Amino acid sequence: MRAYTPKDDVQKKAYYTDRYWVAPMVPKSAVSDDEIFTADLEAIKAKFEVSDAYIQVEQMVVFINPDDLYGVLELLKNECEYTQLTELSAIDWLAEKGQFELFYQMLSMNKRKRIRVKFFIEENQAVESVEKLFRSADWSEREMYDMFGIKINNHPFMKRILMPDDWEGFPLRKTYPLQGDEFAAWYEVDKIFGKEARDVIGPEIRDSAAIDRYDTQRFSHLGHEVPYGADISEGEPEESPRMQEEEGVFMIEKFNEEDSVVISDRNR
Amino acid sequence: MQHKNRLRPFFENITFDRDDNELILNFGPQHPSSHGQLRLMLHLQQEQIVKAHPDVGYLHRGMEKMAENMIYNEFMPTTDRMDYIASSSNNYGFALAVEKLIGLEVPRRAKVIRMILLELNRLMSHLFWLATTALDIGAMTVFLYAFREREYLMDLIEDYCGARLTHSAVRIGGVPLDLPSNFLGDLRTFLDKLPANIKDYEDLLDTNRIWQMRMEDVGVVSTEMALSWGCTGPMLRASGVEWDIRKEEPYELYDEVDFDVPWSDKGDNYARYKIYMQEMRESAKILYQVMAMYKGTNTELMAHAPKYVSASKLDIMTQNYSLMQHFVLVTQGMRPPVGEVYIPTESPKGELGFYINSQGGPYPYRLKLRAPSFWHTGILTDLLPGHYIPDVVAIIGTTNIVFGEVDR
Repeated sequence: MRAYTPKDDVQKKAYYTDRYWVAPMVPKSAVSDDEIFTADLEAIKAKFEVSDAYIQVEQMVVFINPDDLYGVLELLKNECEYTQLTELSAIDWLAEKGQFELFYQMLSMNKRKRIRVKFFIEENQAVESVEKLFRSADWSEREMYDMFGIKINNHPFMKRILMPDDWEGFPLRKTYPLQGDEFAAWYEVDKIFGKEARDVIGPEIRDSAAIDRYDTQRFSHLGHEVPYGADISEGEPEESPRMQEEEGVFMIEKFNEEDSVVISDRNR
Repeated sequence: MQHKNRLRPFFENITFDRDDNELILNFGPQHPSSHGQLRLMLHLQQEQIVKAHPDVGYLHRGMEKMAENMIYNEFMPTTDRMDYIASSSNNYGFALAVEKLIGLEVPRRAKVIRMILLELNRLMSHLFWLATTALDIGAMTVFLYAFREREYLMDLIEDYCGARLTHSAVRIGGVPLDLPSNFLGDLRTFLDKLPANIKDYEDLLDTNRIWQMRMEDVGVVSTEMALSWGCTGPMLRASGVEWDIRKEEPYELYDEVDFDVPWSDKGDNYARYKIYMQEMRESAKILYQVMAMYKGTNTELMAHAPKYVSASKLDIMTQNYSLMQHFVLVTQGMRPPVGEVYIPTESPKGELGFYINSQGGPYPYRLKLRAPSFWHTGILTDLLPGHYIPDVVAIIGTTNIVFGEVDR
């Protein structure tokens, strides 16, 4: 019987892991180690619920409730001087927990500090747009929707940004294969030639490493060269086409090896 | 069988009038001054823009997805293809993020070489920016001069790593090669000439009436707007925020070198232009200092961390255990600890950040590329309205966007 492969995470996995191997951890330290972060955390905790907070690689990570997102970012912007929303995106944990983990990376230029606000949402749970606080979220949230299908409430222009508007599927989900799904394979065929041409053309080959040895339009067969586009399904011709090197280079017709001189002195 | 092409032509450069006299212009995606595949839908009242919708994604290759399916070292050449004008700075940003995740300390000579590469890339990028922007505005001469200097830099990089555009010249844990013997001499020759060259460009442009008319008070980005849109690098510094990650959150040897951060509170195209020019001078200043550091370093180029970084070639060829480890690192890849980092670096365009979430496997669980140009394109939505059609080209020019990193 063929081994069962789970379809909820089709990304590449390690093919071998030592059975005694335990992954080390990137060290975390308590927020109280840093005065500025402590003050910021106190400010958040005064108004909102914080489920976890620590410092990892010099940046504070704060876990909040998804409903508090707008409030926390507003607080950080207006009271804690975190004036820039550097980046926001999601991590797909659907296979493990059925959840997305969202992170909002913030920067305070006055304090020279960066913090990361994080929370978990369910698969179909929408989050509030923070576009009114930070315009940069406009495009980031569109990208997040485009890549993960996370819905954003109150976004002014919610549309796919990197993928085509009529695309189906969300490419950065773990269930989405690297080379694209079936929709992706037919997308351009349908678009350019129409659905009825599917039988003639066939799906797009999206594996960049795929080699079809009968496809003489794309690959030269080293040592077995055949004319461009020749049909070799019945076998290759006995004689390969002549190479120009065999009859001399076409630009230098009168070249005679015996009459030629080899120059040894470069500066003559 | 001949298939009928179903792609109906778009309304190319549409000129349909509406009742309110508004005209919609489709700018790009194939436009010589859109610096790549930028498509802008511009709503016009006469020649004035009332609404702008930048449309990106024409160069989307799914690098974040690719990263999830590659071992860490395998991903390095892909980072080249982000900001392909200054590819070593992408390599470096990724290498630094992984090093911080692992907790690696890089040997000093590798740091010096990385500094040289980073600043060379900054110079290359700024020269390229100057050349193309000047060309867009109509100054052909500057283009030729700036490309001459950039060519010299590309030759230098080629001397170092063999590649001219996609360098992959940085490795996780150090650099692969030492500088060739003639490198520092050649670099010094170039740097000695550079101030005169920059002065040439400035003589051509600074008080050029056309240049001034196209640049001064055009594309003004206010401080609030720049901060709100997540602008970084010269875009932010031209808008009155003195923020350079090299200075404020120093990495590598930037805390040991002396340099200034040029900034301006004007926020217009001209301010950005001046900042680029001044940054080239500062880069030269840094390079002189870093070149002096090179001599005092020992020959080590890669960090010693057998779990993560292959041993030296000599060790691999002579010692069995090094060979075994090298084999495992190449076939299976390194396994960084469980955790996450976000590491920003100051690339020529702005803040280039790598967010890596590792679950202890040889493949990153999630890798987010934070490319500055993405938001510098987004800001066009708010920046263009009010301007006129010819300003679009000048503004796109000074935002210095590269579509390899907008679309990733």
